[in-house]
Amino acid sequence: MAKVIEGLFYSESHEYVKVEGDFAYVGITDYAQHALGNVVYVDMPEVDDEVEADEDFGAVESVKAASDLISPVSGTVVEVNEALEDKPELLNEDAFENWIMKVQLSDKSELDALMDATAYEELCNKE
Amino acid sequence: MNNRLYGNLIFELSKPGRRGYSLPKNEFGHHEVPAKMRRNEDAKLPECDELTVVRHYTNLSANNFGVNNGFYPLGSCTMKYNPIINEEIAALPQFAALHPLQPEDTCQGALQVYYDMQKALSAITGLEEFTLNPFAGAHGELTGLMIIRAYHQSRGDLKRTKVIVPDSAHGTNPASAAVCGLEIVEVKSTAQGVVDVNDLRGLLDDTVAAVMMTNPNTLGLFEREIPEIQKLVHECGGLMYYDGANLNPMLGVCRPGDMGFDVMHINLHKTFSTPHGGGGPGSGPVGVRKGLEQFLPVPKVEKVGDRYRIVTSNDQNFNVHVGEFFGNYAVMLRAYTYILTLGKEHIRMVGPLATLNANYIKEALKDVYELPIPTVCKHEFVFNGLKDKSTGVTTMDVAKRLLDYGYHAPTIYFPLLFHEAMMIEPTENESKETLDEFIAVLRKIAEEAKATPEDVKTAPHNTPTGRVDDVLAAKQPILTWKQLSN
Repeated sequence: MAKVIEGLFYSESHEYVKVEGDFAYVGITDYAQHALGNVVYVDMPEVDDEVEADEDFGAVESVKAASDLISPVSGTVVEVNEALEDKPELLNEDAFENWIMKVQLSDKSELDALMDATAYEELCNKE
Repeated sequence: MNNRLYGNLIFELSKPGRRGYSLPKNEFGHHEVPAKMRRNEDAKLPECDELTVVRHYTNLSANNFGVNNGFYPLGSCTMKYNPIINEEIAALPQFAALHPLQPEDTCQGALQVYYDMQKALSAITGLEEFTLNPFAGAHGELTGLMIIRAYHQSRGDLKRTKVIVPDSAHGTNPASAAVCGLEIVEVKSTAQGVVDVNDLRGLLDDTVAAVMMTNPNTLGLFEREIPEIQKLVHECGGLMYYDGANLNPMLGVCRPGDMGFDVMHINLHKTFSTPHGGGGPGSGPVGVRKGLEQFLPVPKVEKVGDRYRIVTSNDQNFNVHVGEFFGNYAVMLRAYTYILTLGKEHIRMVGPLATLNANYIKEALKDVYELPIPTVCKHEFVFNGLKDKSTGVTTMDVAKRLLDYGYHAPTIYFPLLFHEAMMIEPTENESKETLDEFIAVLRKIAEEAKATPEDVKTAPHNTPTGRVDDVLAAKQPILTWKQLSN
């Protein structure tokens, strides 16, 4: 069973947002890494890129498929997880520990549209 | 099996100076190649005797698997038998020895075949005219989208930059649209596995160039809402594109032109029994409805009286350019042979038999494999892995285990709508006995998944190569012999 963590925000396309002040860490959920299978490549944005909610900010390639990463929030990328460049399999080892990008949020009210852990767990059970 | 010959690359069998061929005595005098056109060193070709070459490739071919070896239920690929008569016709020297620049007076028969073939495809699909020039299915898609773009541009309608594709679409659809410089918008499927008309309605506006659809779709389901969909798309000024990958069950029964599609491609290597995949080359003819013919690429063949002539320029230049010559002519010739062999009467049998075979397998296995959409399918259907998920045996494991029993694996992990997708397409060719044996093997694998799951998870065991490390292959591909030898 896929792991879901309390206190994070979740999107329907299986990204999570971990908020720290005006910043947020964005990654894919444990459910997503499980569905994707062995991840072989992560296409990440660059620092200073602007990301928009509901727009793609990169892609994850696994042996099964390539999937777009959809940003749940808008803002400016302040950091990307460079460890994923050489070790994309970190997403399979712990998707919540290994975030993909850190964003300076431009509109925190966007978080209201996302799911909490309970609602997200229900979504996963339905799929 | 001779492992020295099989296990090595032809370059590793090379011995400096060894030759398999002696040039005949020179009767034409000595002509020096100008110094500036000469290479500075010898080409790095393998040097082998003829027998070594023959053994090497014979051994390799014995480890290949094709439709001629066994059942090949690769979904959405229509791996049907390639009849021998196709090869006989394509090998006739009257065709095989043609030169692409031959004057048209000397190849009237070959031009007639091209002309008649495009007419036959028009009759089968209900569209007005075809080009047979694109070299593969994806090339056909690109050609079709270039035609659509040219159509909008010719009307001065430059804001149409979006192509809508269903979330169940073949990956080539968004890829072709992207290569054509168009933006991709995804339309959702309903829980029943067909295009969600309400979702589509919300996406349609005056920036939509086209909607690409496969019908029946990749779940093997007929898109029943197609009359409504084509009406909505045309009302907003967009065109309907038909991905011909799944044309097989429609043959002689139902025509994309009658469903309201404007442009389509056909994969001759699927529906019309020409060689497929690595054994290609492919061919992707593109058809258009009346009113779009002027956007088809040249060259094309025109009939004037009882003569056939090659047309090399369009009245208007719309820059839909896909090649200088008539595509993979010999592949088209094989497909034309197939159409004539079946004829108008028998081609109608293809779709119903393919549909019957697919439903027969589906119904016989749905108690052990999870069937997410339990309706009647067309030529193919999708299981979502084993019904009993507690064993940890995945679709990948089942596919690998099938190899041990002498079957080609189905298409797996596509479409992306289901996590453990396993897409099975038997084609019309297979006998009931073959289908029954396949069903028995898949049932046996389901039992093994419970009794001896490790055997399934580590399969294949009986193939020349065991389970390959696809993660390593994706992350560190070794693409050349030099890389390998370093």
